[in-house]
Amino acid sequence: MDPAEIKRLIEEGLPGSTVEVRDTTGGGDHFEALVVSSSFEGKGLVERHQAVYQALGDAMRVRVHALALKTLTPEQHQR
Amino acid sequence: MANTIEQIQSTIANNKIVIFMKGSRNFPMCGFSAATVQIFEELGASFETVDVLADEDLRQAIKTYSSWPTIPQVYMNGKFLGGCDIVRELHESGELQSLVDQLGDRAHS
Repeated sequence: MDPAEIKRLIEEGLPGSTVEVRDTTGGGDHFEALVVSSSFEGKGLVERHQAVYQALGDAMRVRVHALALKTLTPEQHQR
Repeated sequence: MANTIEQIQSTIANNKIVIFMKGSRNFPMCGFSAATVQIFEELGASFETVDVLADEDLRQAIKTYSSWPTIPQVYMNGKFLGGCDIVRELHESGELQSLVDQLGDRAHS
């Protein structure tokens, strides 16, 4: 998988979010993603990450071995 | 599958901290599992580990159980805490230390 596809899936699943994705090993299955979305407001880390995993759906079960996530609200991202 | 879920539930209920990981505490088979174990060792917490590589049913059942697609998975006081990146984030903020202290579960002081 490539970072652009992951970015597209997350942005589709979390409308209005800003997403940056990096392949951390170059192998196409270990990624790091920063996701900024107002939908994270009032949600704990587990819920935020689950929302991202939801957006990725099957890709997460099959093609992504590892995805390190940073999930922030727009306000947290400005800090 | 049913008794696998029961096995998971009882392991989670009977241990204040349990890490479902790849490999064992002394022989972690994945960097994220190793990092997670190391953080809890640094905090001096006593915790149980379960090697999901030893049981394929368990490896899949745990992902459905917590609707969390990756390993490791950490459970504290019977509740899902998160995977490696959440444990790291809680550790960096110092919150993990207070969670462990609240459990009164210091393996050694």
